[in-house]
Amino acid sequence: MRHIISILIENEAGALSRVSGLFSARGYNIETLTVAPTEDASLSRMTIVTTGSEEVLEQITKQLNKLVDVVKVVDLSEAAHIERELMLIKVRATGKDREEMKRMADIFRGRIIDVTDSTYVVELTGSSSKLDSFISAIDTGLILETVRTGVSGIGRGDRILKV
Amino acid sequence: MKMTGAEIVIRCLQEEKVEVMFGYPGGSVLHIYDELFKQDQIKHILVRHEQAAVHAADGYARSSDKVGVALVTSGPGATNAVTGIATAYMDSIPIVVISGQVPTPAIGLDAFQEVDTVGITRPCVKHNFLVKDVRDLADTMKKAFHIAKTGRPGPVVVDIPKDITAHTCEFEYPQTVQMRSYNPVVKGHLGQIKKAVQLLSSAKRPIIYVGGGAVLSDASDKVRKLAHHLGFPVTNTLMGLGAFSGIDPQNLGMLGMHGTVEANMAMHYADVILAIGARFDDRVVGNPENFAEEPRKVIHIDIDPSSISKRVKVDVPIVGNVPDVLEEMLKLLEGSKPDPAQTAAWWKRIEEWRSKQCLNFKQGDDLIMPQYVVQKLYEITKGEAIVCSDVGQHQMWAAQYYPFAEPRRWLNSGGLGTMGVGLPYAMGAQFAHPDATVAVVTGEGSIQMCIQELSTAKQFRLPLKIISLNNRYLGMVRQWQEMFYESRYSGSYMDSLPDFVKLAEAYGHVGFRVEKPEDVEPVLRKAFIDHKDDLVFIDFQTNREANVFPMVAAGKGLTDMILAEDL
Repeated sequence: MRHIISILIENEAGALSRVSGLFSARGYNIETLTVAPTEDASLSRMTIVTTGSEEVLEQITKQLNKLVDVVKVVDLSEAAHIERELMLIKVRATGKDREEMKRMADIFRGRIIDVTDSTYVVELTGSSSKLDSFISAIDTGLILETVRTGVSGIGRGDRILKV
Repeated sequence: MKMTGAEIVIRCLQEEKVEVMFGYPGGSVLHIYDELFKQDQIKHILVRHEQAAVHAADGYARSSDKVGVALVTSGPGATNAVTGIATAYMDSIPIVVISGQVPTPAIGLDAFQEVDTVGITRPCVKHNFLVKDVRDLADTMKKAFHIAKTGRPGPVVVDIPKDITAHTCEFEYPQTVQMRSYNPVVKGHLGQIKKAVQLLSSAKRPIIYVGGGAVLSDASDKVRKLAHHLGFPVTNTLMGLGAFSGIDPQNLGMLGMHGTVEANMAMHYADVILAIGARFDDRVVGNPENFAEEPRKVIHIDIDPSSISKRVKVDVPIVGNVPDVLEEMLKLLEGSKPDPAQTAAWWKRIEEWRSKQCLNFKQGDDLIMPQYVVQKLYEITKGEAIVCSDVGQHQMWAAQYYPFAEPRRWLNSGGLGTMGVGLPYAMGAQFAHPDATVAVVTGEGSIQMCIQELSTAKQFRLPLKIISLNNRYLGMVRQWQEMFYESRYSGSYMDSLPDFVKLAEAYGHVGFRVEKPEDVEPVLRKAFIDHKDDLVFIDFQTNREANVFPMVAAGKGLTDMILAEDL
């Protein structure tokens, strides 16, 4: 099962390594991990996408809570939530591909944010599966470079993760 | 008043009422050592290797309810300390390790004696700190002690760069700790406790399974009260020995890989298990699938939620401090006792298992049986010694044949299984209890892993008694090789052993060698009575082939025991 775990953690040196070290030491998966400070600069918000059985997930949340720097842990995927990922993808855009690439970007509600006479950089935001679909929808031979942020997630409505 | 970082470190330790610390100096901690020299409140014990400093601090903490403190320098000082830190971590022992670090501007430049101490120790500490500003030092020290001893205890490392120990700032020791990210639960959930009490009251085949958490939280009195009130059988884990008295008739002995028949059978066939500060680890329940086949209800009291339902599914989890939870349980049970008739049939079954007398062994006239030495040690010390063991066969024999009536008298590395802890543990225990009889039960393999501490013991006149069960083999390895590798004794035979009597004498101690069964008792008497104030090293030349039984092979079910008589 895929889970999205959100963590509020003290924004201190080494905080990331405590979390990533915990995952590697105990053999848990990390599919993506994102981290940045929140509106309160003393706190960082981390989103981790992981997979595992219910028992493993229970251990992951318990072990994360045990880390002294961790303030709060929530499994976002337990209830209604939104997840978004940003991708920047550089593609070859020459000849007939140039028009086609523009069309694909439009269909996926992407934006072309860098243009040269032979390349585009497309910015695309959405769920991870949407980004995957874009990649499989275009001719893979035209992809020059891909960079993805990993998933950020937030609960819907009144679900708030705050100190 | 302005103080240097080094002064602040010492002042913080004084504020924490630290009386003894174990350490080894070096470049990065010279300022701190200089401040240590100028005061006499904290006694510094100079060890011979940093690993022993941490083990000794650990032993000090295990035998008392205080936080152990060790001080080491950067680089190799810190890496040598790692085994000690990991050992304390696995057994949840509250220690604070202060390590020197290269000056802040040199960090990351591969400076002399630089190592990423925070990075290296991260997976084996409860928490660690790198102090980057002298103004954070006092606060960090306070937090370190607070974190080490509260919640599930554990080691905390404070890494202090040398320049920080020279920088100055105003000193004020914080009286309280506020951490929004760290607030361990103390009180158990009352609803859960009520559920537990109901289950216990209706149990027909109950067992109380007591682990190291009961020792560490000083819950022994309450465990006894509860067990006696309920009249249920009790088993202690290796780490829990003494939490419930080893000589109480309700005690079934230790359980697990080398547990007694009655303890393992009762654990397996119980209908209600009350686990108190124990974690169903792989040396207790070797095969969780097999264990799960038997229907039962499990109640688990633990301060660490992650210990609950980790290997064995728990029906009634109670997160909280063990004595607080037991107090609530006792209140709820007041005035109502389970009818003994309800468990009479169960006790009858237990007595049948007990009647196997699985720990029996034969002491002939010829070779010394290691079990016999432990039994005699028990008699001569009246069961009142603090026994520090190393790791291996002798550890299991000590656990099996030396029943502990009180907690904090049995010190061993249960989790990490660190050979070499015995002697430094004994040093720590003797400093915590200057008048106590402290014995090390060890083997010729383990003792050589920290043998250099015989020198420390001389310097500080520690009258330890070292009982070395010398079988000229790495016995536990040899036992496994005999049983599971068709007796191919690969790497388990140690040639060219030193003359331990001469070795003890070379360090300025008293040494004896015992080769005949009839000499065991007289020499032990000589050591504990005539040489009460000396460190005595006794090299017992024991039966080379003796094995530890009963034994549950790794990964087997608890009822699948190999007994001495089976072979």
